[in-house]
Amino acid sequence: MTDAAIELQDLQIAYTVRGIDRRVLRGVSFSIGQGESYGLVGESGCGKTTAAFAIMRYLPRNAKIQSGSIRLNGEDMLAMSGAKVRRLQATTLSMVYQNPASALNPSIRVGPQLAEVFGLLGVAKEEAAHRSEAMLHKVQISDPQQVMRRYPHQLSGGMQQRVVIAMALAKNPTLLILDEPTTGLDATVEAEVLDLIAALRQEFGTSVLFISHNLAVIAKMCERVGVLYAGRLVEEGVAQEVFRDPRHPYTVGLLRSIPRGGVRKDETALDTIPGFLPRLGANLPGCVFEPRCGLAKEICREQEPELYPVGNGRVSRCHFHDRAQELPRAAPTRLPAAQTANGRPLLEVANGSKTFKQDGQDVRALVDISLTVRPGEVLGLVGESGSGKTTLARVLLGLTAPDEGSRLALDGEELAGKVEKRSQEQVRSLQIVFQNPDGALNRRHSVRRIVGRALEKLLGLGGRERDERTAQLAESVRFDQTLLGAKPAQLSGGLKQRVAIARAFAGDPRIVLCDEPTSALDVSVQAAILNLLVELQTQKGVSYVFISHDLGVVRYISDRIAVMYLGRLQEVGDAETVFGGPHHPYTEALLSAVPTLEGEDRTRIRLEGEIPSAANPPSGCVFHTRCPRFLGEICVQEEPPLAEVEPGHLMRCHIPVDELRRLQGEARAVAQSKTTT
Amino acid sequence: MTTIDDQAAPIAIPIRPDETKAERNERLRLLARSPTFLLGSILVGVWIVCAILGNLIAPHDPVAPDILSKFEGPSGAHLFGTDKLGQDVLSRVIVGARSILVVAPLATILGTVLGTTIGLVTGYYRGFVDEATMRVVDAVLAIPLIITALLAVTAVGPSRKTLVLVIGFVFTPIIAKTVRAAVLGEAQLEYVQAARLRNERGPYVMFVEILPNVTGPIIVEFTVRLGYAIFTVATLAFLGFAADPTIPDWGQDISTHYQSINAGYWWPVLFPSLAIATLIVGINLIADAIAQLFER
Amino acid sequence: MGRFLLTRLGLAAITLLLLSVLVFVGTNLLPGDVARRKLGNTASQASVDQLNHQLGTDKPILVQYWNWISGLFHGDLGTSLSYRLPVSELIGPALTHSLKLAAFAFVMVVPLAILGGIVAALKRDKLTDRVITIGGLSLTVVPEFVTGIMLILVFGLWLDLFPVSANAPDGSNILTQLKYLFLPALTLVIVLFGYISRITRAGTIESLDADYTRTAVLKGLPRRTVIRRHVLRNSLLPTIAVIATQTGYLIGGLVVIETLFNYPGMGRLIFTAANAKDFPLLASSVLIVGIVFLIATLLADVAYSLLNPRIRYATAE
Repeated sequence: MTDAAIELQDLQIAYTVRGIDRRVLRGVSFSIGQGESYGLVGESGCGKTTAAFAIMRYLPRNAKIQSGSIRLNGEDMLAMSGAKVRRLQATTLSMVYQNPASALNPSIRVGPQLAEVFGLLGVAKEEAAHRSEAMLHKVQISDPQQVMRRYPHQLSGGMQQRVVIAMALAKNPTLLILDEPTTGLDATVEAEVLDLIAALRQEFGTSVLFISHNLAVIAKMCERVGVLYAGRLVEEGVAQEVFRDPRHPYTVGLLRSIPRGGVRKDETALDTIPGFLPRLGANLPGCVFEPRCGLAKEICREQEPELYPVGNGRVSRCHFHDRAQELPRAAPTRLPAAQTANGRPLLEVANGSKTFKQDGQDVRALVDISLTVRPGEVLGLVGESGSGKTTLARVLLGLTAPDEGSRLALDGEELAGKVEKRSQEQVRSLQIVFQNPDGALNRRHSVRRIVGRALEKLLGLGGRERDERTAQLAESVRFDQTLLGAKPAQLSGGLKQRVAIARAFAGDPRIVLCDEPTSALDVSVQAAILNLLVELQTQKGVSYVFISHDLGVVRYISDRIAVMYLGRLQEVGDAETVFGGPHHPYTEALLSAVPTLEGEDRTRIRLEGEIPSAANPPSGCVFHTRCPRFLGEICVQEEPPLAEVEPGHLMRCHIPVDELRRLQGEARAVAQSKTTT
Repeated sequence: MTTIDDQAAPIAIPIRPDETKAERNERLRLLARSPTFLLGSILVGVWIVCAILGNLIAPHDPVAPDILSKFEGPSGAHLFGTDKLGQDVLSRVIVGARSILVVAPLATILGTVLGTTIGLVTGYYRGFVDEATMRVVDAVLAIPLIITALLAVTAVGPSRKTLVLVIGFVFTPIIAKTVRAAVLGEAQLEYVQAARLRNERGPYVMFVEILPNVTGPIIVEFTVRLGYAIFTVATLAFLGFAADPTIPDWGQDISTHYQSINAGYWWPVLFPSLAIATLIVGINLIADAIAQLFER
Repeated sequence: MGRFLLTRLGLAAITLLLLSVLVFVGTNLLPGDVARRKLGNTASQASVDQLNHQLGTDKPILVQYWNWISGLFHGDLGTSLSYRLPVSELIGPALTHSLKLAAFAFVMVVPLAILGGIVAALKRDKLTDRVITIGGLSLTVVPEFVTGIMLILVFGLWLDLFPVSANAPDGSNILTQLKYLFLPALTLVIVLFGYISRITRAGTIESLDADYTRTAVLKGLPRRTVIRRHVLRNSLLPTIAVIATQTGYLIGGLVVIETLFNYPGMGRLIFTAANAKDFPLLASSVLIVGIVFLIATLLADVAYSLLNPRIRYATAE
């Protein structure tokens, strides 16, 4: 039996912060076989990145390995000398992490950075250059010679990540560690990169440790998975089995908090995990998950469970692993459904355009946007980078003035381009919940002051009335009253976002823009915030414009969906229609690019090339350069209008909708037959 | 077992830096115990005491000329020796602290208030006001500060009031530039946009929303400028522009006596020089300690 | 890169224009009536008027400004009131002296400070770092004339190694000149060391903490190679800007040092002109100092854009 590629045994690591040792890994053991791909899943603070850096022997200065061992191909890594470790890093171990732009040295051209890897293997300079070129070819970069002469900032995000992957695989390592390699990349680019990694893995036979918080990506990329919570491995097994049939309450809770399989808000509320993620180094006697577990009994607090085998090589660290899926729900099953008021549109945008000047060029961030939002409905806004969705949000709010000729109206009355010129009534009717709760709240103001000020300015309340309303708002967002005096820095991400929501709702708005409100939060916290948003929406009959790159979340919460590409609307329609079909070729490609937990029941549609720059958009239909259903000259010459192809369904495509319906139906049938055979 | 000591790896910071009141007091306590802060405080403290008590603790009358005992070296009677006019150098050094410690802080406060306001306005509003102001600031900063101060004082004549005003105005551009840089960073954050969405007026956003978040850099800048202000006052005095020529003044005393070094009389020059040096070093040690505090 | 430099050049031109206006206003308007100041309070109004007319200071302000500016373009910097010589003849030697001192100081301090900053960064938070940083800081903030006096006392008086006056006798060879310049240059070295080394240290630390350094280390490169090949070329960019900003100070701001060491540089010239209310000399010399500063910062911008690929090659694709 050959040695495992990497084997961790009971690894315990702590960080020394201000003189106190805080435990991050509390005894983690797993092993990855030769050529196997293993996923490590967990939320922030679980220790997954620490484990990765421990293997790479690059822990921060204040980290201490307290006990345990790490074996690479059978050899004890912790006993190795510095020179030996460097040798391993040069030949056997590679790591790719998030944010490829910063991983490359901005002052050195790409070619030498890649050739450096070969140089460490003893390859001569000329040979190294050739092999670098070959490697870039392997990561599907079409013009390696030119790319090698470029500096990193001259490449797109997707290309940068390919270069980093090339550098990592150039040495044909035994183990490749990937730490959130695609977080921050666009969905279509992410799909390309993941496919590339899978293909290369097959070819090179490399073992892979894939670290992510995204369960769907892990499901797609990994054979086995380990679930990490508070520095402890709580479940491990074959990935598909673990996600289909979880045996630990934490895994169960995680899976229930993700909108899966096209579930929608009127069908069921997402389940949440009560409580908070434990702080770094917190003291957790007994089972680490016990404080938040609905199945917890006395024994869980006293005795930490060992890893019970649950069949087929799977293990679970739970005394009640056989009953894990009976975990009681933390959130009610159903939320009251809202009545979508049909009637006069609440918000209207007509001929909305916005052009920026950049380096002397005109960048058309928004082109001829026409949208309506009805009272009480949720409009989901979907698009990748450069789509213009953020610009649209800013224009709607009045933070950026649109071009001449654009029309905005709220409840029939015209909305001024700049928020400073709008009436108080209009200003408080249109509010926003930002993506980043850290930047959205003033760090130096208390929660009470943040919400209170909004009440003062938007409703003109003062004194006792204002304080009463503040308490009411805090209650409506489930924010503990005792924390009203706290400053944002003392609160967790989820709590901060609740404050932001309370502030948005302070003025009794009619429309709330939600700009990726859950993207910066952990998975288990996302569900609670989403439920809250749905609840508030139904209670108050508010409309949402919900921007997100997470299609599962968008599908869950939206009544209607608008898809944007390069500043133009490509499709607008009911959520079900847009997701189910027939849909625009871009929507089709986008949907196929996003990994799901259920596995692949559709073929991956590959989009060639990168997203074009908004400064230099393609002629005719802006999507034609990458469209897998490209018709012909007409797509190059003429931009299709946004036409109503079915009642309530708008699309911008030259292909007739019936034709699309037929073609997409066929493709689906083909894909299904592939999976069943 | 320890990790391989990699100097290159940065320090990891826990994910949720909870900053409770207790922890903030802890930081202040750490500050109070840091050696740079302590040393700086001692140095500055000594001079503050001298400034306040002045004549009360001086062993001799600093302005009593005594030609017979001129240029006596340091001895029991005169610890720092006597100067050209026979005055006790030690007493002059002690009393000389007052003038500098009145003018410099006032000037720095003036410069900080003006500079902060300009920095806030230009950093928040941007646009033409910002561009124009920055051009003027750049133009002023093209001339060494001491020259600008010198020209201004030559024009208006030296006195306590004019020195405070001149130095205050001369420092304003550089402080404005620093504050503006900090404000630019803050103005991008979403809470500023959220304020716009409440119809908050400009002054509110600048002073109530943004200012509390940039106090760190402002305080650091203030302490650094204070040291520089002291230096400027002393230099101007050296060049003949003392606030009040009749009372002891470190810069002026150096100017009067530096020629005498050639003759070997070093003490009337050394001790006022050391006084200036220790005061400024002390202030900068405090500034450094405070900067470390905000860096964490 | 072209656009970047063009913008910088444009901004510098505007700043220069503003500078000339500020200098003109500051030196000519504030002190008041030129001829009155020159002749004193007892002189008759008639002779004051006559002198004003002779000097051209009775013309409207804008005309005076224009005359001055256009004169500058022709190389005519006006005539000194106190010395009765063309200003250019006075500025020439003073500027040369200042440049010599500045060059000498730079040649000594820049390599030393950069080395100190890098060493301090590499030994971050250890004793070596604290000594370099705190020591440098303390020496920097001490006013330069205090440092100068200390050096005079130690090296000039007590040890008698170097001459106290910076003026070498005429016709001395280069080595002798350097010997005389050594003390004032050393003063400047001490003053500038802490500042430059601190910026270098900060830049190096930022580079050390960056992700790309992590990538380099994880490739398995030996530490020395990582520093040499990856860290250093990114850490020195801020230092360039800082060095440039010090030139203005070195050329025109050394009034006290020049007084202490009896060295006829630009600082002393400006000081003398200010005291003598010699406005043509004052205005032109202050302007020259400003111009030197702007040129230095412009050169720094050029160097920066050449060394920073992000500016040199704007984002393609």
